[in-house]
Amino acid sequence: MVVAVIGCGAVGSLFAANLATLDDVEVWAYDLAQEHVDAINRDGLQLTGAGEVTGRVHATSEAAELPPCDFGIVATKAMHTDAAVAATAHAFSNGCVATVQNGIGNEEVLARHVERVIRGTTFPAGKITAPGVVQWDVKGDTTLGPFEDKPAPFEQVERLADACTRGGMPTEAVRDARGPQWRKVIFNAATNPLGALTGLTHGRVCERPDLRRLASQLVDEGKAVATAQGIVLDSDPEELIDYAARPEVAYDHKASMLQDVEARRQTEVDYLNGGIAGFGRKLGVPTPTHETIWALVKGVEASW
Amino acid sequence: MARVCVAGAGVIGSLFAAHLARVADVTALTRREEHAEALRTRGLRVSGRAEFTARLAAATSPDDLETPELVILACKGTDLDAVAAGLAGHWPDATVMTVQNGIGADEVVARHGDWRILAAVTFMSGTRHEDTHVQYVLDTATWIGPARGTSYADAQWVAELIVSSGLKAEAFEDLRPAQWSKLIFNATVNTVAALTGLPHDPHFAALDRPDALGHLVKGLMDEGKAVAAAAGVELGEDPWEMNVLATQRGSAHYPSMLEDVEAHRRTEIDMITGALVREAHRVGVPVPLHETMERLIKAKEDSWS
Repeated sequence: MVVAVIGCGAVGSLFAANLATLDDVEVWAYDLAQEHVDAINRDGLQLTGAGEVTGRVHATSEAAELPPCDFGIVATKAMHTDAAVAATAHAFSNGCVATVQNGIGNEEVLARHVERVIRGTTFPAGKITAPGVVQWDVKGDTTLGPFEDKPAPFEQVERLADACTRGGMPTEAVRDARGPQWRKVIFNAATNPLGALTGLTHGRVCERPDLRRLASQLVDEGKAVATAQGIVLDSDPEELIDYAARPEVAYDHKASMLQDVEARRQTEVDYLNGGIAGFGRKLGVPTPTHETIWALVKGVEASW
Repeated sequence: MARVCVAGAGVIGSLFAAHLARVADVTALTRREEHAEALRTRGLRVSGRAEFTARLAAATSPDDLETPELVILACKGTDLDAVAAGLAGHWPDATVMTVQNGIGADEVVARHGDWRILAAVTFMSGTRHEDTHVQYVLDTATWIGPARGTSYADAQWVAELIVSSGLKAEAFEDLRPAQWSKLIFNATVNTVAALTGLPHDPHFAALDRPDALGHLVKGLMDEGKAVAAAAGVELGEDPWEMNVLATQRGSAHYPSMLEDVEAHRRTEIDMITGALVREAHRVGVPVPLHETMERLIKAKEDSWS
């Protein structure tokens, strides 16, 4: 089968490199960073850290070069989804496209351009350390499920999940993927911006009782918004926060939003705290803490 | 001539000391000997809104200075307790004036001696270029009121002295309305600036989008106003109007907490937001937004320690 990863940043690279270790999967990567693309084509896509993998991946910055694909895995930053999927949609006219991006609202954007959409949530994390080289910081599970408005057939969801699992990225196919997704969105929205605003790693955010309580306030507001939509979280984001704070998991991990702030890149706050606040407003659920955090991070972006 | 000692020669202390030296006998009490030495030998230069160099005496111990009638405690709030402790047992007949941000500075000083105390809030601002050079930026007033053992007449005497030196000042019968307006203003503007990196610019008054910063600024100020009301304080100026006006001045002011954060210094969060939150707890008014800001600033201080 042919899989194209759209947006080959840290998370996209984890999928691309691991899938490329399978004999029955041909992997393409679409990314606009030419240096990264060239390095991947020259030396392979290398993962270091939590796993040592070098994957043979066909990388390109030209959407027209993508062959017809069975699956797409969209892993761009949330604000680039629309442009990236619009450019590559031709490759998926007979395929299914999954999002493994952060935040809420990505599936809706995919569905504007492709017919069969997979709602996805993934926990592994890392960072690009050099063109073609990604440090794998955190291992973790992925959940895929048909997107309600434009669903991919469930057996196709299972097929992609199976390939990811065999490649070394444990993935589960489920009928309703909203629970895992909201659990992660709440987790991210409760922890990423606290790191971004304070400069602290995930572990250090969690060991300050005052900040940990602030994270809980964000979790509680997020849970109320999920409940108002009838979404049942698959597990408590609080457990995930404490689990991730362990030294062997992600104590030293700088949240992607902190990495963005340090590099003065636009963050995904609109899709995290902004997304929760937006659903909250629509549903009449108050989210004052998310609104505060959202405004502060937007202020940080405005200061550059 | 009046005899004035300015304790703490940062931006605010330097502006007071240099200007007052033109109309009074001024001494400066500094923390560092090299600072005192530089002031003694080179004087204190003011640039910006005024251009002159003042001559003054300076030392690191009150024993080496003449007995003043007025002491202006102009150190940072984070140093106030130590500076006041250093004055304990000295100059019992002097009137001591605090100018620290926040509220409660007069109470900190009162623990160290029986001086007559005036409280002030200052809105002037400047930039320190070196130990002996301060630039005078915003020529806004210092407001003065009685705190302990002092009267409105005492506040008027100091205000007139300051005005005669070329700075702006005004005496109040009750300083609390002004102090609280500034406290609410500062607790909001300083923390938002320090967390976002933005100077006090038009973003702070923007209400055009749901994520516009003005909503947060307003929310923080509304919490502050509720605390003031519950504490029985009728505010002087409305903090939100102060905010809107300040952002329309054209040149954006860099709040001191933003400068502290950028220099990786400890901030005055305990004296400003901390004071407001403590008062809120005392009167039983919830201030979740200020608590959030306080936690974030303290955590940010942790990130470089």
